[in-house]
Amino acid sequence: MSYAIGKAIQRKEAWDKVTGKAKYTDDLPGLDVLSARLLTSTCAHGVIRRLDISKALGVRGVKAVLTGADCPELFGPLVLDRPALARDVVRYAGEPVALVVAQDEPTAELAVRLIEVEYEPLPAVLTPSQALAEGAALVHRQPNGYKKVVPDVYPKAGTNIASHYRVQKGDAQKALAECDFVVRQRFSLPPSYHIAMEVRTARAEISADGNVVITTSSQSPYGVRKQLSEAFLIPAGQIQVKVPFVGGGFGGKAPVFLEILALLASRSVGGKAVRLTIPREQDMASAPSRIGLEADIKLGANRDGKIQAAEITYWLDCGAYADISPYMAKAAAVDCTGPYHIEHLSCDSYCVYTNHTFATSYRSFAHESFTFCIERAVDLLAKQCGVDPLEFRIRNAIRPGSFTPTQVAVTESLVGNLTQCLQQVKELSQWDGGKGVFIKEDTVRAKGVACLWKTENPPTDAVSGALITFNPDGSVNLHTGVVEMGSGGQTNLAQILAEKLKMDPGQVHVVMPVDTRTAPEHWKTVASMTEYMAGHAVMRAADDLLAQLRRNGAEALQCPMEEIEVANGRVFSRKNPDRFIPFRDIVQGYRSPQRESLGEPVLGRGGFMLKGLSLLDPQTGKGKTGPSWTVGAQVVEVEVNVKTFTYRILSASTVMNVGKVINPELMRSMIAGGMSMGVSMASREAAVYDEQGIVRAPNLRTYKLLHIGQEPDYRVGFVETPEQDSPYGVRSYSEHGIIGIPAALANALSAAFGRELCLLPLTPERIWKAIREEPK
Amino acid sequence: MIPFDFIYCRPDTMEDAYQAFVQLQTEGKNPYYYAGGSEIITMARAGSIRPGAVIDLKQIPQCRVLSLDSEELHLGSVCTLNEVKESKLFPLLALACGRIADHTNQCRITLGGNLCGTIRYRETCLPLLLADASVTLFGRQGLRTVPFTSVFDGRMRLDAGEFLVQVHVPRKALQAPHYHIKQTASEKIDYPMVTVAALWQDHFLRVACSGLCAEPFRSAEMEAVLNAQNLSGADRVRKAVELLPQPAYDDVEGSAEYRKFVFQTILEALLEEVTHGPL
Amino acid sequence: MVRYEGKTVVNLEVNGELHQLAVRPSDLLLDVLREQLGLTGAKPGCKNGDCGACTILMDGWPVKSCLVLAVEAEGHRLLTVEGLGGNAPVQQAFVEANAFQCGYCTPGFLMVCYGLLMQHPTLPEEYVVEEWLQSNLCRCTSYREIRKAVKQMYQKK
Repeated sequence: MSYAIGKAIQRKEAWDKVTGKAKYTDDLPGLDVLSARLLTSTCAHGVIRRLDISKALGVRGVKAVLTGADCPELFGPLVLDRPALARDVVRYAGEPVALVVAQDEPTAELAVRLIEVEYEPLPAVLTPSQALAEGAALVHRQPNGYKKVVPDVYPKAGTNIASHYRVQKGDAQKALAECDFVVRQRFSLPPSYHIAMEVRTARAEISADGNVVITTSSQSPYGVRKQLSEAFLIPAGQIQVKVPFVGGGFGGKAPVFLEILALLASRSVGGKAVRLTIPREQDMASAPSRIGLEADIKLGANRDGKIQAAEITYWLDCGAYADISPYMAKAAAVDCTGPYHIEHLSCDSYCVYTNHTFATSYRSFAHESFTFCIERAVDLLAKQCGVDPLEFRIRNAIRPGSFTPTQVAVTESLVGNLTQCLQQVKELSQWDGGKGVFIKEDTVRAKGVACLWKTENPPTDAVSGALITFNPDGSVNLHTGVVEMGSGGQTNLAQILAEKLKMDPGQVHVVMPVDTRTAPEHWKTVASMTEYMAGHAVMRAADDLLAQLRRNGAEALQCPMEEIEVANGRVFSRKNPDRFIPFRDIVQGYRSPQRESLGEPVLGRGGFMLKGLSLLDPQTGKGKTGPSWTVGAQVVEVEVNVKTFTYRILSASTVMNVGKVINPELMRSMIAGGMSMGVSMASREAAVYDEQGIVRAPNLRTYKLLHIGQEPDYRVGFVETPEQDSPYGVRSYSEHGIIGIPAALANALSAAFGRELCLLPLTPERIWKAIREEPK
Repeated sequence: MIPFDFIYCRPDTMEDAYQAFVQLQTEGKNPYYYAGGSEIITMARAGSIRPGAVIDLKQIPQCRVLSLDSEELHLGSVCTLNEVKESKLFPLLALACGRIADHTNQCRITLGGNLCGTIRYRETCLPLLLADASVTLFGRQGLRTVPFTSVFDGRMRLDAGEFLVQVHVPRKALQAPHYHIKQTASEKIDYPMVTVAALWQDHFLRVACSGLCAEPFRSAEMEAVLNAQNLSGADRVRKAVELLPQPAYDDVEGSAEYRKFVFQTILEALLEEVTHGPL
Repeated sequence: MVRYEGKTVVNLEVNGELHQLAVRPSDLLLDVLREQLGLTGAKPGCKNGDCGACTILMDGWPVKSCLVLAVEAEGHRLLTVEGLGGNAPVQQAFVEANAFQCGYCTPGFLMVCYGLLMQHPTLPEEYVVEEWLQSNLCRCTSYREIRKAVKQMYQKK
């Protein structure tokens, strides 16, 4: 019997969110709080020749104006390469240059507009190709001169390379030469934006005795604590980071960014509380965005339609600072081929500095980008082989007996069952071979397919934890360090806990806001790892709790502990279930009818540390970076007008191997939401820069997200091949809906137009241009 | 958040509005007439304008008129796009209003604001250009009513301190067969790549266009070509595309070449419709 | 003629209560609701009228409160998400249809949907629903959940 797993319970925080009661970082009282505003660079790469803040300082109500000179520290999660405020040099248009602290926001903004800056422009590099060209301007004079936080980042002196990973098995060059069919394709994909509906915001205050309180819209409260502690040499215990509800993250709120500036601002005014909420325009141009990607892919197959070999190069455009991008280059290398059995492989994955806005993690950690390239190439190869692209994928699907690119032996538990996903998506999408069909004059319908897979790339020693306390009515409170930003992780954890305790999930209360002083450390709310990492911690905390309940039960019922069962909010002896003690009478110890105190109050605690993960071997790339993989198959159906190059997306289907369905509606909606983000990104989103490297129109008027009315019919199916080491077998799933959608869309449009479209975003204008410039 | 202060006036009469404008102008306050406010607020926030005063016209009765008499439809300048649309009195204008910004903003943006603002599309002008509309203005000499085209050449050309009070549309145009097509970069809620409005009146196809060039236009030369009986549909379209009054516009939303291509496909669809009815 | 210069006291009727507030004429209604009345349900998603997260009702019609001056709101009935009561059909429908994830756009969507219900007491045609809801952005859901919520709201009414 299932108590909670598999049930479509409502989100725990649902009613807070429909009444306006859910408080986000900037919803907290604004009295006695100063405001800060940023001046940002209008130059993509240049030397700051003059920076005059005197007029700004003269504005009544202005408390402080900070510039790079006020903060010599450098920041970054992997290498310390980023100043809080530009020092002498600006490396992207939008980079913070000065920070005004004032009594209110209008005053701060007025003062910002009075700061005078002169830049002496330096040549800007705007794509990885430009950045790697002979004689290219260097974004960082000494990329290898920065302090490394982790060992496996490999910047290259005298170049714009921030890191490089190499994965090799077999002999790709030789195998390709022997293939019957070989395709080669180059790609150049632009950066784009996260656009969480809540812009990035943080506030800071410092008490007289040096305690720092940061309230922030962050996916990494513990990362904020760590980076601030290390950079400013403040003992970690003196830093308290609070994260209320987060209005969407998608990876964009994993970096530590505004928290640093807010702390500097507060420090400059004697520790007074300062809030820093950036306008949407700066949230786009100044705060980290999604990577751009260039790729060169060579794939070869035999006459029987089996892929033999791949030569792959990825160049990630990480923008002006590395942030987490080197690890995205690593992630791209680890999963470089997509979920296929390929014996001979050579892959180089570079992380390249440019004068774009710096990049950071974005839903699926670069998988949405490189999967576009590899899945387009797989389609091209299937066509060459004359095989239905879906059949081709089944034929080459990774399966037990295969090895992943980094030579991990594949088992069903580890990688799941891609073939079943493909077979199921074939039904779900009514797959018809992937060829364009005229349905009337000028109108063609077609479907495209793509596969996805993803493992994680956390630090090998990442941790999580859970605490469980009881209420007098026998309900429990679950405390974790997991941030609630929409992905429903807290509700899933409540279900995992309810199942483990065999109780009604309605009796599990979750503590939503995170406070690093009270919640056990959880690495970060990223990488879809909540159910795995915090799930493990919850299971252990529940075991701890159950052991204590049994102990109390044994004393109260006067029978051996082994006989004690816990279920339905009761403690009882297996031998006599009719004699039970309800939770409310036993969770704070037990009072016997004779008023004797028995047992102890029950408090559950569980911790979890990742085990068995490794760094990649620098030569071969051999290694295991994440606990397991999630695989899936996706199909997009389009209807195009071959005359106007406009199109509609009719349906998008995903079948994903989620391991175990914890909550069918939450899982479905999370996967559909991922598809929706993929549809929006692939069909219309790009950060557009002019020739000087200035981003054009960073606002939601011009940068269009998908609105209601153009969304396709979303279909979601599950495959439940469990991961044996995970709570109830569940796999990561919350980012993954996006991964194959851009590729499936491009595959569908290519079939519909009868031309190979290898670009993003797929706007009618860009399709028109591509087809016009490359006649059949 | 608008970082600076301004004076807010809400006059009840046209005279007061004009007097306030002149007075504030004299005081160096850089006054702006204000209606729905969406453009002024966003531009003030962004720092691209700095009005020292705004004069809200929404209380002036003459500016709020929405009525039909035996001759004309009268539309006050502060009627919202949604009011114009919901009135259903001029279907072509209703279509234009229904495709500007989004529904919520249509409940704020006014007809006058759309015509007199700086955002270059001014899509409500298209039906007015086609319908031989006239406008009533209030300024130094009080009220004057003039043909719309005499004060609109892609943007409003008003005297200093003058403001739009009403738009008048002859009844004849209201129910004439019409056509409105707006194509955007991809998202429906967006500025136009190209918007074409057309009206079939007196056996003649009138056509006006926004988005394609820097400013909206109606061109007699282009209409002559589009109505040329001796030319094939394809030839008409080809010649029409050559007759742009200004170079095609080029910006982040779309290139000039692509705008011309879109214009061409829209004209083709338009002529196809004209040939087969319902026009 | 009304003429406001510098900080001025205005009377705003919000959720049925009359409030006397000191505002600058250039203060936006959104900022005044949030900063002075603590009604933080309306969210500043873009402050440019593009995202709809700050939508409230003004005399029963949706407006983006980032595009309204506080002084303009005098004499109008304002309704924010906090004024919906807590168990309105639209709120129930959004919960039941799982029509949100991060919840940041939700107050804006709720108010548009509530406005739709006010102006169209029976479920209008699909294109009308779309037209109204196209004023708002959601980055998390697939929008299908929100459509479902609209239908359920009409069933509950």
